[in-house]
Amino acid sequence: MESVSGTGLSETETVWPQRTYFRRTGRMLIRMKEDVGGMGAFLIITLSVALAKINKAKAVVWPLIFNQVQRAGIDLLPMVAFLAVALGSVVIGQTVFLLHQYGAENYAGMVMVTVVVRELGPILAALLVLARVGTANVVELGTARAMGEVDALEALGIDPIHFLVVPRVIGLALSIFSLTVYLIMIALLSGYLFAFIEGVPLLPGDYFRQLAGALLWQDFALLALKTFCFGTLIAIVTCYEGLAAPLRLEDVSRATTSAVGKCVVGVVLLDALFIVVYLML
Amino acid sequence: MEQNSQSGAPMVEAIDASITRQRSLDIIASNVDWRVDSGDFWVVGGRQGCGKTAFLFAIAGLRRPVAGVIRHFGEDLSTLTEPDLLRQRARVGFVFKGGGRMFTELTVAENVALPLRYHREWTDEQTGERVQAILAATELAEEAESTAQGLAWARQQRVGLARALALNPELLFLDEPLSGLEPRDRKWWRRILNTLREGTPLTGGRRTTMIATTNDFGYWAGDSHRCGLLQDGRWQPYGEGKECSEIT
Repeated sequence: MESVSGTGLSETETVWPQRTYFRRTGRMLIRMKEDVGGMGAFLIITLSVALAKINKAKAVVWPLIFNQVQRAGIDLLPMVAFLAVALGSVVIGQTVFLLHQYGAENYAGMVMVTVVVRELGPILAALLVLARVGTANVVELGTARAMGEVDALEALGIDPIHFLVVPRVIGLALSIFSLTVYLIMIALLSGYLFAFIEGVPLLPGDYFRQLAGALLWQDFALLALKTFCFGTLIAIVTCYEGLAAPLRLEDVSRATTSAVGKCVVGVVLLDALFIVVYLML
Repeated sequence: MEQNSQSGAPMVEAIDASITRQRSLDIIASNVDWRVDSGDFWVVGGRQGCGKTAFLFAIAGLRRPVAGVIRHFGEDLSTLTEPDLLRQRARVGFVFKGGGRMFTELTVAENVALPLRYHREWTDEQTGERVQAILAATELAEEAESTAQGLAWARQQRVGLARALALNPELLFLDEPLSGLEPRDRKWWRRILNTLREGTPLTGGRRTTMIATTNDFGYWAGDSHRCGLLQDGRWQPYGEGKECSEIT
């Protein structure tokens, strides 16, 4: 057989760049399909366990839920307040100021609701919880699995999903919802204060009337639904990465990186889905 | 031999079971036929790395055999529904080797109380009384409020026993409980295991059926128990007492 382009490789042995690309893409798609399938099954199992054992072992599970709310919600309040002030000052204050320059102050409420309430608030809260608590979830659960603590739970007749995953799902869902509400309130308030300092002649009453006028009842429902979905997604992905496959201690960092990437992609895709829902309203 | 009081069936039964290592398909014991009756105390021996832990996990129902059947209290574990399996597990205790796999963020008392708080709808006083009784029996009362992580390895192993005893199991599995211990600790373990075998107030006077693994039958010399050897992919049950220490 003749060699190809003087490489010494026969035509059948040559690895064409486009073939490598297709293989890599194919592998990635197959892996993605397996991940989505695995996480979907994990979500269904978790929801089934949560419902089936809703009244089981309250003395153990409820304190675990409160613990998750504490660390994913209450402990993050200072950080959320800081980010909300930054968001309000930089984004909202600037936007109101620009609207004023073009004489479009009347649109301030609508812009705020669209940018902060529907988009930035939930995403920012979700990413903050992912960074602070989601990553810790993977490390804790991966280590617990590697150290045999999950086997110990099973040996004691304690369902690891009920004990380890359900509190995290409920805790993260409640926390992201609550943090989003706080973040939106502080951002809207600090944004107005920043605009006021810049000399925008918009009275507080007019500003909040515009906000109230731009908010629909669907915004409240979809905000709650969206933030619960973000919390569930982050908890499921991080718990799945930590628990689903047997890990060794040296695998935990890789699992954490992988979980963060998947969560970010998942949150953005979910957000895109909600944009479609908003557009249909 | 005393039988499982509820059904007359053996406490543990393996029928033509083939067991693999964890995380691989290497067979460590094939065609295992074994019967453990109520009140029995079996010691499973074998060299390091022969798969004793995986064997014990499978016999305890924590891993499935690749072939054959494992029964606890007469019920095939592979056919049980999840709630039934949970009910079965509450009748079985397991002491892990190498520090007992404690929940490191919990105190000793919380570790012992966890299965009680999960399975029993007891008041805090009832749970506390049971925990205190177990900690007293295992001589851990002084360390009740220490985190398990802060304890010496040998003491963690004891906490593992205390936690396994919390639900008053009828059947107790112990993975190399005497390995790596000082002679004084080994003596303590043999004494408490013999006490459990005979029945104590802690178990309501009921005799606990036990299966332990070891890499040295010499640790158990002088005790009355049945023994078997895991070697070259085969499970070989032997006789009682003195004969065990002669197995090499």
